[in-house]
Amino acid sequence: MIALFFRDLKLSVRAGGGAMIGVLFFMTVVAVIPFGVGPDLNLLARIGPAILWIGALLASLLGLDRLFQAEREDGSLDLLLMQETPLVLTVFVKCAAHWAATGLPLVVASPFLGLFMNMNELAIGATMLTLLAGAPAITFIGAVGAAVAVALPRGGLLVSILVLPLAIPVLIFGVSATYAAVEDPAPFLPPFMILLAITLFFAVIGPVAAAAALKHSAD
Amino acid sequence: MSENSLAIRKFSDLANPTRFLALADRILPWLAALAALFFAAGLWLSFTTEGDYQQGETVRIMYVHVPSAWLSMMCYTVMAISALGTLVWRHPLADVSAKSAAPIGASFTFLALVTGSFWGKPMWGTWWVWDARLTSVFVLFLMYLGLIALNRAMEDPARSARVSAVLILVGFVNIPIIKFSVEWWNTLHQPASVMRLDGPTIDPEFLRPLLVMAVAFTLLFFTLHIAAMRNEIWRRRVTSLRRQAARHAGRETLAP
Repeated sequence: MIALFFRDLKLSVRAGGGAMIGVLFFMTVVAVIPFGVGPDLNLLARIGPAILWIGALLASLLGLDRLFQAEREDGSLDLLLMQETPLVLTVFVKCAAHWAATGLPLVVASPFLGLFMNMNELAIGATMLTLLAGAPAITFIGAVGAAVAVALPRGGLLVSILVLPLAIPVLIFGVSATYAAVEDPAPFLPPFMILLAITLFFAVIGPVAAAAALKHSAD
Repeated sequence: MSENSLAIRKFSDLANPTRFLALADRILPWLAALAALFFAAGLWLSFTTEGDYQQGETVRIMYVHVPSAWLSMMCYTVMAISALGTLVWRHPLADVSAKSAAPIGASFTFLALVTGSFWGKPMWGTWWVWDARLTSVFVLFLMYLGLIALNRAMEDPARSARVSAVLILVGFVNIPIIKFSVEWWNTLHQPASVMRLDGPTIDPEFLRPLLVMAVAFTLLFFTLHIAAMRNEIWRRRVTSLRRQAARHAGRETLAP
């Protein structure tokens, strides 16, 4: 399992893996926003956390269709299916590797983009923390979509359509936790706790459902 | 096949599509007639009862809005049960049921959203608010559309049924969120006033037409659902007949 984790990590970080494309896309999306809403620094500081969250959500959706597609193309998906280790565990490890390869760089890149958005230190820290807590949930939800669409020839767009509605609660609580940290009256902990709860919930549901979908799409 | 063997004794007997078609043919006219009857009564009641002292005539929107919102959730529940039937019992009709329920559910959700919007404009002063109930119903609508797109994207009905069943079950987490969103969060949408443990808090003047309309909508849903299932079975038969015809056509030209 650890070998699988590092194999996936290496595959996505090295050339052609597309892990860095996600970060690049994230930066581009965030950089486009000031052109749309105008370079008003106060406005950007106010909507900054929300923009970072939306950008991170879109960027992590981008690589999801490759989660099982590459394995299916070279046939190693069948080997993973036939293994003796439970498929749920395999899917979980693959999700973890995917998160480490695409989600973690987004979290690392977010403070710099936060500076672009004229956010203060507290807002940047809160955004980073909530992204760290919420990005795994997006990966686990996305695994279900990727497993469902793995047999489709052009499943990439469909994955986003299927996954986005389910990822909306993550976005809501991530953004509200960030704003709660910045603005005084609202408490930070309750939305953050709910965000963690969503992540844990989908860490269980996601791999189980993705494993079921993979099994059924194989035969 | 003799007429006798078409009798349905157990639920699993429905797995035979021919039996189901026979049953559907028998009950569809009755269901449709009952639905029409309840609709006539419900519409008559909803236009003759008194308007609200505060909301005036716009309260009548409720008689369409609330039943279609209930139906949108019930339809998803029916789909989730069918998805269980597909994955656990491999019931051959379960995937037909789930597939044909999706467009109906999407229509009811759309109706609930649109009527809610019409009602929100005079009462709240806005067409749309991003509060928890409205947002979660909108998410439900998007999920219906995603499921329809997924069903369309796959050629093989058996395989698409199984993967979309997984997705339906994952999406079911949204249904309790919709139901309890008005209690968990402080929303503009009013909390539940009919389905409560301590009895409905709504005035009987409004409750009577509402319940009649709810029964009418439920009957309409089952009529449409059974008709759509029948159509789906027919469509699959036509497809397989066409495939057979194509195969035979090829054989005849090849063998002189």
